[in-house]
Amino acid sequence: MRYSFEVLVTLKPELSDPQGKAVEGSLPALGWTNVSGVRVGKHVRLDVDADDPAAAREQVERMAGGLLANPVIEEFRVLEVEGA
Amino acid sequence: MSAAAPRVGVVTFPGSLDDRDAIRAIELMGGVGVPLWHGDRDLQGVDAVVLPGGFSYGDYLRCGAIARFAPVMDEVRAFVNRGGPVLGICNGFQILCESGLLPGALIRNASLRFVCRWVHVRVESSQTPVTAELVPGEVLEVPVKHGEGRFVLDASGLGRLEDEGRVVFRYCSRRGEVADEWNPNGAARGIAGVRNEAGNVVGLMPHPEHAVDPDLGPTGGQPLLASLLAQALSRV
Repeated sequence: MRYSFEVLVTLKPELSDPQGKAVEGSLPALGWTNVSGVRVGKHVRLDVDADDPAAAREQVERMAGGLLANPVIEEFRVLEVEGA
Repeated sequence: MSAAAPRVGVVTFPGSLDDRDAIRAIELMGGVGVPLWHGDRDLQGVDAVVLPGGFSYGDYLRCGAIARFAPVMDEVRAFVNRGGPVLGICNGFQILCESGLLPGALIRNASLRFVCRWVHVRVESSQTPVTAELVPGEVLEVPVKHGEGRFVLDASGLGRLEDEGRVVFRYCSRRGEVADEWNPNGAARGIAGVRNEAGNVVGLMPHPEHAVDPDLGPTGGQPLLASLLAQALSRV
């Protein structure tokens, strides 16, 4: 079976995120003055051929920890999604 | 060139920019520059290795994240384990961090701007093979040119680095004062360069290879490259 996933990669909360700050600082120019806590991350979508969803997810978790995210600076979340 | 001149390999990755400058700097300093290729599992018997600056593999995903899988990196890792001296400059520093050969990581500059200018760094530690010719407290003028040079590491990791004297360079004023205003990228504790536990691997964001020729400007890159060559020579 083919399983589809999204991996969301974000900077660890204790690290300042200047990109998020820059976005947050720009939103008031559009009139949105009630926004805070903006953080910018990465989104990776992928398909995995595996015997069952648990095996596929476990593989994605390992790939995320080994390459897609750098555990020194980042956290990740794995979400299973509808196939393309 | 004498027969005993140390041979220093410089790896070219797809997207490396400063490989030829590194070879030129090594030769100006009396070494023999040996071009190495990312796809080869062969260091050609060199006595030291430089991972140069640039944008290897387009800096896709994260700076250095893909370069770490290049075939030549298996050989670099084995070379490090045999005690071989390795210097990572800018993108080379990022590659060493992504490879786990140096601690920490390098992320987007706090200013969000690419910085390209001369800075000063203070030598913090010289107690290692690759930094033996440096004098602690000495201030060197060298250029930086990077968008992702902010060194980060968690608090306990930073504490360990400091306790073990593994911070090699810190950004500073021309008089050697360390403060935020001299820090070009927001690096934790102004850290510009670090070393591994054994002391044979050093990485830094500034570019010593662009600061060796007195006809072209400051020569703050000479002491570090002289240290690398001296260490390489001891292995000839």
